[in-house]
Amino acid sequence: MSFINYSSREINCKLVYYGPGLGGKTTNLQFIYAKTSPEAKGKMISLATETERTLFFDFLPLSLGEIRGFKTRFHLYTVPGQVFYDASRKLILKGVDGVVFVADSQIERMEANIESLDNLRQNLIEQGYDLDKLPFVMQYNKRDLPNIASVAELHEALNPTNVIEFEARATTGVGVFETLKAIAKAVLTELRRGSGG
Amino acid sequence: MSAPEVMFPEEQRQISSVCQRLHRDANAKAVLLIGRDGQPIAEAGEVGEIDVTSLSSLTAGNVAATGGISKILREKDFTSQFHEGEKTHVHITLVAGRAILVVLFDERSSLGLVRLRVRKATEEMARLFEQVAKKAAASTGPSILNEITDADIDKLFND
Ligand SMILES: Nc1nc2c(ncn2[C@@H]2O[C@H](COP(=O)(O)OP(=O)(O)O)[C@@H](O)[C@H]2O)c(=O)[nH]1
Ligand SMILES: [Mg+2]
Repeated sequence: MSFINYSSREINCKLVYYGPGLGGKTTNLQFIYAKTSPEAKGKMISLATETERTLFFDFLPLSLGEIRGFKTRFHLYTVPGQVFYDASRKLILKGVDGVVFVADSQIERMEANIESLDNLRQNLIEQGYDLDKLPFVMQYNKRDLPNIASVAELHEALNPTNVIEFEARATTGVGVFETLKAIAKAVLTELRRGSGG
Repeated sequence: MSAPEVMFPEEQRQISSVCQRLHRDANAKAVLLIGRDGQPIAEAGEVGEIDVTSLSSLTAGNVAATGGISKILREKDFTSQFHEGEKTHVHITLVAGRAILVVLFDERSSLGLVRLRVRKATEEMARLFEQVAKKAAASTGPSILNEITDADIDKLFND
């Protein structure tokens, strides 16, 4: 849940990167971390297994600058993708302000994408959220690989409600900041709308 | 999206002074107050060398995980946790379901003393959070959020 501190003049928001295991969520955060100036970021934390797969979450705090004298701080989280980590995923969705879905464009991962998206919707409902009412951005990652589905196919399977979507290659950063900006903007816009402004 | 949580200068001052008093009365190294979702709210004591942002997010994750465990065991939420280190110990308590109070202490203090002082501090903090919630519900004046324009949001991303 966003947190507005009128004393320290800060707006804090929580963004969650969701998606199937090995789709590129951690890679998105790593690229953002690598390309952000030291003043604008905190430490990136990865709670990972020995095989470097996300165990609980990755966390990256970012400052995006000021709005009307208020510092905007975004806390970026990823979830672990594997099916058996569902309990952890639910916890990380608590208090979420915006979601990025990182889909793996490879044809053989299509089912995993669909399953993970269903899982996101279901877990949000359990926390009292409706995915269709939450700031939400879709990312089709790994566009550099040969065996990928077309954007039209991905769109049809994963984005029936037409949220903003981006093609990405997280390893080199293509589409990574575009995705981040779109979700940050959607969250701030929703915050304003929610306040009746 | 649910309404944002807020903190006002008046209550921030009072909450900070409760943290400072707790730091002193418990002989603690440091005291941190954290929002449920991991945002730092207030601190007191020797926090200079601590990465407060990281500590806050990990503590919130830890509390959420412990809450998950208690649900599986059909326990009520564990209200406090204690981690014993070689030199530094950590005591973690929920404050009225709204925030997390973290006390770092060493051999200059004891778990018993920390527990005792924390109990009183959390009561005061719970009252202050109540006050904030009432204020937020009653406030009709212009909030920062109403003033934000599209141009403000766009400006954030001009680089
Ligand atoms: N070819 C290619 N590989 C990628 C891309 N994004 C991520 N990867 C690789 O996919 C693997 C899994 O990425 P990771 O970020 O750990 O996935 P996560 O499980 O969603 O966090 C890693 O080996 C990444 O280097 C991409 O755009 N193209
Ligand atoms: Mg990962």
